[in-house]
Amino acid sequence: MAALLQAQALEAFYGDAQALFGIDFQLDAGELVAIIGANGAGKSTFLKCLTGLVRVQIDSVRWKGKPVGGMAPGKIVREGLAMVPEGRRLFASLSVEENLLMGARAQRKGPWNLDRLYRMFPILGEKRSLASTSLSGGQQQMVAIGRALMSNPEVLLCDELSLGLAPIVIREIYSAMPAITAEGMTVVIVEQDVTMARRVSQRLYCFQEGRVSLHGASGDLTREQISLAYFGL
Amino acid sequence: METILQGILLGGLYGLFALGLSLMFGVMRLTNTAHGDFIVLGAFCSLTLVALGLSPWMALVATLPLAWVVGYVVQHVILNATLGKDPLPSLVVTFGLSIVTQNLLLQIYSADPRSIDTGGFSTMGWSVTEGLSIGVLPLMILALAVAATGGLQWLFNHTAIGRSFRAVSDDREIAELMGLNARTVCALATALAFVLVGLAGTLQAMRTTVAPSDGPLLLLFAFEAVIIGGMGSFWGTLAGALLLGVTQQVGFRLDPGWGIWGGHLMFLIVLVLRPQGLFPKTRG
Amino acid sequence: MNPTYTVVRGSRGSAALLVAGVVTVALASSLPWWGESSWMHQFVEIACYFIFAMMWNLMAGYGGMVSIGQQAYFGLGGYVMLVLGNFLGVNPFVAVVLGALVAAALAIPVSTIAFRLQGGYFAIGTWVISEVLRLTIANVSAVGGGSGTTLTALRGIDKATRESVTYWMALACVVASIALVYLFLRSKQGLALLAIRDNEVAARSQGIGVGRMKLAVYVVAAFGAGLAGALYFVGNLRISPDAAFSVNWTAFAIFMVMIGGIGRIEGPLIGAVVFWGLNKFFSDYGTWYLLGLGVLAIVMTIRFKQGLWGYVQQRWGWTLFPTARRLALHVEQIPAVPAPPNSVNVLDGTVGAN
Repeated sequence: MAALLQAQALEAFYGDAQALFGIDFQLDAGELVAIIGANGAGKSTFLKCLTGLVRVQIDSVRWKGKPVGGMAPGKIVREGLAMVPEGRRLFASLSVEENLLMGARAQRKGPWNLDRLYRMFPILGEKRSLASTSLSGGQQQMVAIGRALMSNPEVLLCDELSLGLAPIVIREIYSAMPAITAEGMTVVIVEQDVTMARRVSQRLYCFQEGRVSLHGASGDLTREQISLAYFGL
Repeated sequence: METILQGILLGGLYGLFALGLSLMFGVMRLTNTAHGDFIVLGAFCSLTLVALGLSPWMALVATLPLAWVVGYVVQHVILNATLGKDPLPSLVVTFGLSIVTQNLLLQIYSADPRSIDTGGFSTMGWSVTEGLSIGVLPLMILALAVAATGGLQWLFNHTAIGRSFRAVSDDREIAELMGLNARTVCALATALAFVLVGLAGTLQAMRTTVAPSDGPLLLLFAFEAVIIGGMGSFWGTLAGALLLGVTQQVGFRLDPGWGIWGGHLMFLIVLVLRPQGLFPKTRG
Repeated sequence: MNPTYTVVRGSRGSAALLVAGVVTVALASSLPWWGESSWMHQFVEIACYFIFAMMWNLMAGYGGMVSIGQQAYFGLGGYVMLVLGNFLGVNPFVAVVLGALVAAALAIPVSTIAFRLQGGYFAIGTWVISEVLRLTIANVSAVGGGSGTTLTALRGIDKATRESVTYWMALACVVASIALVYLFLRSKQGLALLAIRDNEVAARSQGIGVGRMKLAVYVVAAFGAGLAGALYFVGNLRISPDAAFSVNWTAFAIFMVMIGGIGRIEGPLIGAVVFWGLNKFFSDYGTWYLLGLGVLAIVMTIRFKQGLWGYVQQRWGWTLFPTARRLALHVEQIPAVPAPPNSVNVLDGTVGAN
């Protein structure tokens, strides 16, 4: 069966500077895959390549077998790939509910809507008409996740959900993950917190300076292997 | 008292001048130095339509869709390429457009000031009290300005297109991720701004005369209104415009040479004392 | 063994061009003896345009401040020179420098107002300030009010001498302004300015006083604009608020810089030459000529953002005024990197001895 999402020898450049040097990546339906690595390893860049925010060769990325590299971000969302961006990046002039509604512009059918989101994250329902920036970091992260879910994607890409958040808030966010994956949503998480990444994922990729330095089932990889791959020793 | 009233009425027109500028800056962070010249262009468009036989009011209504198209095309073809973090390209390109527009108008219409003959409407007065009469046209302009401000504010806050405007302005990249075509959204914003510009220009031609080289001064009025009022809200812009109008009229009353100068001075004072403007709407 | 580096700036080509430049200047200074007076007058005019453009380039290309109001200092320089010459009996040629100094001095308090705005609004704000100045002076009847007045202080000198001295002064100002900008950009302050232009936040974090730098650039640009203005009206003899504070000065400066190449010293030089040429052949076409200039500026900004010289520099690497520092690597021996004693197999994570 063809992989849901696939990257092959993917290279990415920022101007003249090369950020990714031939990434091979595979994602099958229903999985939760983690990508770990130090700062600057290229994890966020990789997600941007998948969602069309960074241009790549057309056949570097395949969605259900179809080459989609470099496609316009809006079109990729309509295909069923949504991203929770690094640093949340909510729309500052929009309220919580308006931010969530923006996610629904893709007009894809599916189980996710405002009501369901407010049931999963009740605090958002309370604050729905407030400016999105008046919420705490953790609540903003919930809005960002909700915004991505509103497009009813098949694959959810989460870039550094735990960035800048207190451990207890991180746990609260990740506790919502089962509800998200319950109906078969495929998820990719990019994480700096290696322990959390190993715990929630089935497979794991480690990036190091723009290359995949380690890849395998999360349960099989040892701490030592991961450290070596993480720091590139 | 009458001076202040005249100032408020004048401010209504300045409000119409300023709304388009405020809109373009709000959505695209684009400063259109040709803004005044486009107002003049709108005026000449109506003038031409009147010369072709339309009544002044038909000409006004006909200019609006033309303005929409021109705005959309200008943004899509020329200005979209200048958007980005660096303010230089948009400034130089709009400055170039200013020169092109002025000289094009000069070439076609000559430098003579003209106005639209509204058959006496522009001089019609309405006696409010004994000795105090308000021009009907200026009052109508003020009403239109208030309506336009309210309309824009409502559009921004309560419609899908308004959400798109705000989203593109906040974070263009993520807006694209949501499926918005930023180029189209920006073109729509400019088209809307140009409609306001066309309206303002035509009304200016009805109220007084316009000449091809009037553009820069109108730009400065619009700009001053936006800064005095404070960035981020359309009502603020209107308030700034009214204040500017009043200041100019007061200055004018003291000495004919100090009218516009007084407005400039008020602008500088606001800039020194309260640089964020009088009614700023802070963004998160 | 470490490879060694030296910092290199010039090249053989730029040294040769420097010699050529000196020769040209020497030749040019002899012009009053063999050239026509109209040539000298034309040169003075183009010199003023050029100096003004250099200053606009310094502010916009290097300082990151786009201004549409520099003509304020141009006009101010002219009027101060006139006042000093007509009413205080100062030698007009000395008054040129004094005019520039007054312009620079005024730039300091003005900057406190102008710097409250950023980007595009800064540009228009400077224009407003220029208009305030224009309207203020237009209301002062002692200098002729709205219709202007003439420079009477040079009445005693004969035409030939006046023209020659004006010409030499213009030539000296051109050379001085090029030299000043070049030396400034080669210095540590110049490097700091480039850092600010590229990334203000990063520059600040490195301890660079961004506010002070910007003020310095603004004041220097005001000085240059005042110099150009005072010089222009010494050559022109007649001044009026509309001519002195016309936004066309900035328009032409923008044109010259965008055509020639922004952010490069050679840019305004090329642009001034192109502008002079276009002026000579096409200015008779009046509005069509100006229209053409406008279109050209738009096209250049969108398609060739780096201007003519930028294109040349990218293609062939020419530099007349080298300010960039390059690292010249002395390659003696680059030793092979020895293999590590243990290597990690990155595919399956196994560790093995080599």
